[in-house]
Amino acid sequence: MQHVDMYYDGTWSGLLTTIFEIFEYKVFPITLRNSKERQQGMFQTEHEVLTQQGKADRVMNGLIAKVGKKGYAELWHTYLSELPEAPLLVVRVASYYFNDARNVRSNFAHDHILQLKKIIKSVSRERHRMKAFTRFQLLADGMYVAVIEPDFNVLPLIQKHFQDRYADQRWLIFDVKRHYGLFYDGHVTSEVTIDHTSTIANATLVDLHDQQEELYADLWKRYFKSVNIKERRNMKLHLQHVPRRYWKYLHEKSFGMEI
Amino acid sequence: MGERIKEKLEILADAAKYDVSCSSSGSNRKNKEKGLGNTGAGICHTYTEDGRCVSLLKILLTNHCIYDCAYCVSRKSNDIKRAAFTVQEVVDLTINFYRRNYIEGLFLSSGIFKNADFTMERLVQVAKKLRQEHNFNGYIHLKTIPAASPELIHEAGLYADRLSINLEIPTDSGLKLLAPEKNRGDMIQPMTYLKDQLVKTKEEKKIFKSTPHFAPAGQSTQMIIGATGETDKQIITAANYFYQKFNMKRVYYSGYVPISYDKRLPAIGTEVPTARENRLYQSDWLMRFYGFQANEIVNDAHPLLDLDIDPKLSWALRNMDRFPIDINKDDYQLILRVPGIGVGSAQKIIAARRFGPLNLDHLKKIGVAVNRAKYFIVCKGFMQIYADKRSDIIKSYILNTSKSKYLSTGNQQLQLF
Repeated sequence: MQHVDMYYDGTWSGLLTTIFEIFEYKVFPITLRNSKERQQGMFQTEHEVLTQQGKADRVMNGLIAKVGKKGYAELWHTYLSELPEAPLLVVRVASYYFNDARNVRSNFAHDHILQLKKIIKSVSRERHRMKAFTRFQLLADGMYVAVIEPDFNVLPLIQKHFQDRYADQRWLIFDVKRHYGLFYDGHVTSEVTIDHTSTIANATLVDLHDQQEELYADLWKRYFKSVNIKERRNMKLHLQHVPRRYWKYLHEKSFGMEI
Repeated sequence: MGERIKEKLEILADAAKYDVSCSSSGSNRKNKEKGLGNTGAGICHTYTEDGRCVSLLKILLTNHCIYDCAYCVSRKSNDIKRAAFTVQEVVDLTINFYRRNYIEGLFLSSGIFKNADFTMERLVQVAKKLRQEHNFNGYIHLKTIPAASPELIHEAGLYADRLSINLEIPTDSGLKLLAPEKNRGDMIQPMTYLKDQLVKTKEEKKIFKSTPHFAPAGQSTQMIIGATGETDKQIITAANYFYQKFNMKRVYYSGYVPISYDKRLPAIGTEVPTARENRLYQSDWLMRFYGFQANEIVNDAHPLLDLDIDPKLSWALRNMDRFPIDINKDDYQLILRVPGIGVGSAQKIIAARRFGPLNLDHLKKIGVAVNRAKYFIVCKGFMQIYADKRSDIIKSYILNTSKSKYLSTGNQQLQLF
């Protein structure tokens, strides 16, 4: 086994291909980075992975056979965290899965598994938050639009939830941090991108609002204030559940303004 | 029109806020025929500044009420603004809030106007309209009005996900004192009816999959804490009774918020008993998820919960002979009894120890509060050095190394005296 610096294209299929080539070429990454970051000059200790769907599919099927669909999904969710340490961790855990005869997915005493579970928990928490904090605004043309800015790339993880829930309305959820969104036209959901110079923001949506939009946004704000019990005020708990970074997309927090 | 609806919403949300329940989980309603909404594991869409979850549009249909219960803000004799929604207004609010992803659904309660059936009928109309005219599959929690007729309760169950009747005051004597017009029987009767219907529906579903939904998220109830002089033993015994006898999904505990100058009640300005409320919820969890019996938590020798330590630690200190527990050998149920080990950690311990014996460092990484658990366990490389220590000494060790978030201010005040 040779230890090398590895590069891949940053995609999930690329990462799965990386796992394949570790076994194919009997190498193991000391570092794993995006090919874009690769410096000039070819050293002996470098290995660049070229994404091949065939290899990626074989790794996917192998992982599912070894640790189940859930175990496979955990690795994907870790990748979606976009944390710098995530790709290498995914590779390490996947090879631990393949190298051990047992199903070691629940070995909570293992350092890499623990690290993985921690990231999965954060991603899952962010996914849940986006199910909760996504706020649609109704536009005059009948479309419901929401702007989000999640810590992790969780849009793929909330698609089914919103599709199942809002099956009879057209909606768009746009991730301003990653410049892409999900658009549901009443039948199917597709990924949409807009060019990098323009963006969708709450301020620009106002002109497009349906005439009832302000009424309901205002009713919601009033409701939010009225259900609060002043005698039980507990701002520490409030902030723990609704961290400030989400306020700018929440009507009830007046889009980030202090109340 | 816009201004009036805003005022109504403020009045009728304010009046509904003392009902604690905001759960939107436990149902299994799916979106059908490309309609609107579904139910799932429950989502809190925001939290108010008191730190409470906002999951449902929680409102009263009206705060007009023919009763004069001392503990209730909507009591007849109270000089407050009154309002009433029309059925259509509640439907429109629910649909429009839901479509914007503000809420998981509706929690509709009401003051009692004219009589029980007249009120209940209006509540049912709202739910029926949402389900039938709008194909709304989100969560609906309806309050059951005490003494409403079984026909109406049955109909409510066909449209609602959850039904609830509040016990309000845990003891019968307390209820007589504060709400002389109400009687316990009127509350128990619909609970019994619901329980029987829920059991029946469950049985029928086993045979006919097409059996219509009947309150799939079951029934719940609520008790006000600290309005009358009840003990924790009375509260927990009552809760246990309703869990056992009526298959309650949840019993909620609502620390009394002083809203009246009535001499029968704690004066305005009295602190809300949030610490006690928290200890009651912890006890409730012990009964529902940790396999504790009510009389292990409170009994004649120990009728009040400790405020300075949680009920699980309190039980452990009273039962030192049951410890130490061997992390690498003992059953799940025993591991659950260890202070500092929750359901999640206990499951991880069981899963991880199959791959090799666990030591203290492993436990720490798994998420066990080792600074509590260490007095009650043995594991790899760790013998029980505290085994001969008295429980009061262990308690003081633990209190010195940890601080309850609920009591941090309370303790300081006590130390002044």
